[in-house]
Amino acid sequence: MESTLHVRVWRGAKQGRYVDYDVPRSASQTVLDVVTYIQRRLEPSLAYRFACRVGMCGSCAMTVNGVPRWTCRTHVEKVAQDGTLTIGPLAHLPVIRDLVTDMREFFDKWTRARGTFAGRATRHDDFVRVAPATPARVAADAGIECIGCGVCYAACDVVAWRPAFLGPAALNRAWTLVNDVRDDGQKERLRAVAGDAGCHACHTQGSCAERCPKRIAPTAGIAGLKRLAARAAMRGDL
Amino acid sequence: MTGAAVQAKLWYWQRISAMALAVCVVVHLALIVLAARGGLTAADILGRTRGNVGFAVFYAAFVIACTVHVPIGLRTIAQEWLGWRERASSVAALLVAASILVLGLRAVYAVVAA
Amino acid sequence: MSASLALHAHPSWWAFIVHRLSGLALALFLPLHFLALATALAGADALDGFLRYTDRPLVKLAEWGLVVLLALHLTGGIRLLLIEFGPWSGLRKDWIAATFGVGTVVGLVYALRLAA
Repeated sequence: MESTLHVRVWRGAKQGRYVDYDVPRSASQTVLDVVTYIQRRLEPSLAYRFACRVGMCGSCAMTVNGVPRWTCRTHVEKVAQDGTLTIGPLAHLPVIRDLVTDMREFFDKWTRARGTFAGRATRHDDFVRVAPATPARVAADAGIECIGCGVCYAACDVVAWRPAFLGPAALNRAWTLVNDVRDDGQKERLRAVAGDAGCHACHTQGSCAERCPKRIAPTAGIAGLKRLAARAAMRGDL
Repeated sequence: MTGAAVQAKLWYWQRISAMALAVCVVVHLALIVLAARGGLTAADILGRTRGNVGFAVFYAAFVIACTVHVPIGLRTIAQEWLGWRERASSVAALLVAASILVLGLRAVYAVVAA
Repeated sequence: MSASLALHAHPSWWAFIVHRLSGLALALFLPLHFLALATALAGADALDGFLRYTDRPLVKLAEWGLVVLLALHLTGGIRLLLIEFGPWSGLRKDWIAATFGVGTVVGLVYALRLAA
């Protein structure tokens, strides 16, 4: 193993360039370790995000050698076989500076997809009993671990081709709520997720499912939304 | 009808026509492969199609399924790869649909009618 | 900062691009196909004349290519119908393999028939 890593890091915003840095390698080094080394020892003005650094928060997602990843959970030896690394901000989001993107649109689309729970029970009602093994609950459970890291959004070509496309994460969240028997906003939610800005624009490329670090498959939920929304549309319910 | 409702229906009808086309294409591929021997002559084709009502019905249905399926796909490509907006891509899709229907049924008639 | 090759280097994405490009090629070919057959309106000899015109190697290769593209689009399309309407069973990579397989078989069989 060569002792020095040659790293190219995006500096700037929409306009900018890749700047080269040399970083000493170490055992079990992660890409986040590399970025942190550069900012602390070589380039104090480098902007980047991280928080938990243990794969729980999703803040450190960046583009590593062209692929969106959690940098805290990406070992350098896995991605830098030839001793080089190219690190850039997540794709499909405005760049604030260097490796930091503006995540507002990502979360706005979550809201637009009605990705929030709309309950109808009050304190006077008994708890709803939801058996974990029911098909609806299994479907919801398959998607609820999403931490909103943006990797799937950055990986999806349709997000790049259609600026209004809600994206895999927002649609996945909508699907978990569609399958929540306690939720009362199903009609509005289907209206929100149908059409070319929603589930019907997904072409099953599967990059979201391939890249999701939580191994969620938004493709599955989106297929379910397609069926439900189309049926509602044919019935005149949309 | 909202834009989303229209687009949801387009998705639905493209998939329904896809199911019909799956059957039509399997039959068509089998026929073409069986009929082709060193190439196809007019006799190879017309010998099978002339006066053949079953053939006419099958291929007319095939044309209609194409009329639904192809334009919806092209509309998507126009929007995503050419940057065409809703109006332009939908108008183009309708024009393509009309062409396929007319040219297709004309072709079926050409090989079936004496 | 644009999309990279590495991001697209997975089977499901190849399945998408094959499906879209084959569909596009078939869509562009379809009117030509209809126009060709419609030469029969002027009689069998007219159709024969046209078919003789297409009896050159480059055209035969294009025809072969279209038959293969049709087989690919069909099988890939069935995969999509299964994903969108069937119970969730992953990205159905077995069907991606089947698409390649069916395309190969149809290509070989048609090539043999053309060479007969």
